[in-house]
Amino acid sequence: MPMPEAPQAPPSAHRPPGWAGFSAGLAASFKSVLAWALFGTFVGLGGLCFDLGVSVWWAALSTAIIFAAPAQVILVTTLGSGTLVQAAVAVTLSAIRLLPMVVALLPVIRGPHTRSRDLVLPAHFVAVTMWVEAFRLTPRIPRDQRVGFCNGLGLGMTVLSVAGTVLGYFLAARLPPILAAAVLFLTPMTFLVSTIRGATAISDRLAFVASLVITPVLILAGFELALLYGALAAGALGYGVHRLRKAAA
Amino acid sequence: MSATFKDVNPYLVLVLIGFLPNEIWRWLGVFVARGLTETSEFLVWVRAVATAILAGVIAQLIIVPAGSLAAVPLGARLGALAVGFAVFMGLRRSVIAGVIAGEVALIAAGMLFGTGR
Repeated sequence: MPMPEAPQAPPSAHRPPGWAGFSAGLAASFKSVLAWALFGTFVGLGGLCFDLGVSVWWAALSTAIIFAAPAQVILVTTLGSGTLVQAAVAVTLSAIRLLPMVVALLPVIRGPHTRSRDLVLPAHFVAVTMWVEAFRLTPRIPRDQRVGFCNGLGLGMTVLSVAGTVLGYFLAARLPPILAAAVLFLTPMTFLVSTIRGATAISDRLAFVASLVITPVLILAGFELALLYGALAAGALGYGVHRLRKAAA
Repeated sequence: MSATFKDVNPYLVLVLIGFLPNEIWRWLGVFVARGLTETSEFLVWVRAVATAILAGVIAQLIIVPAGSLAAVPLGARLGALAVGFAVFMGLRRSVIAGVIAGEVALIAAGMLFGTGR
């Protein structure tokens, strides 16, 4: 997916491009529909944390430092029942998805002079919503501001998520079950439409649809690593079609 | 190894089993991304897998949901997802319209079929 290079801002001693990007990213996070759906997602997570009896501080801190809802759901739901090793394996496997996301995003936001250590913070902020929004928004941002932009976007989303977690924790006892279910439904619903909107390449679209079919079958068949197998199979299919089209062109 | 969460400080659990297993993949991503350009073929495959994983996460959250959502029947969860998707496609790919429609459908279905089942 080649992107046109945005015009480079003239270098300024007083306003480093990182800060200009950062404030733009922060502002973008609060204006993003997906970020507010993410807020709702974490309201659901906060409610789940309350139901499962962890403290509000633990719930808020888990959002602040993990910032990956599926891993947090696994962690908090295994808190009561499973063993530490089981939970560690489950969380580690659920987080593998972050690797391809980081690998896909960093070359898009990196400039010719960006150091690897400057990419650790934007990599930390990579999670589904941030990834989708970063891909949508960064092409409009000058390249030397993109790292700062992603840091601002990620920080803004983290702040919203922590606020959502705390709100959900205190709402949980007061929400009727059907509304609590509706809050938990926000994540899959939002992921579905926002990913379809964000996926422009034929390889991505095919992989997405194929995984929607394959992964449920694997889950129902009882595969522990259904998510991983499903994604690898669907990803191979999407990429294979991309190669075939390229060869035919 | 049968240590449970009750034996360990919950904040230690949070860092060791929550933070680190996630952060490791992000750090590894920084490493793998070194030297890759935006247009590389490898990235096309990586992006396809990443996108497929999102679909898997959606499937997991709908088929084996956590908390109160589990009380809404599977058919209602799938139906509400379909309604949200249809409205999203029908209304010029509006994310917000799709999400609101899906939510309304889920609440309606949950109330009709009972959340107790």
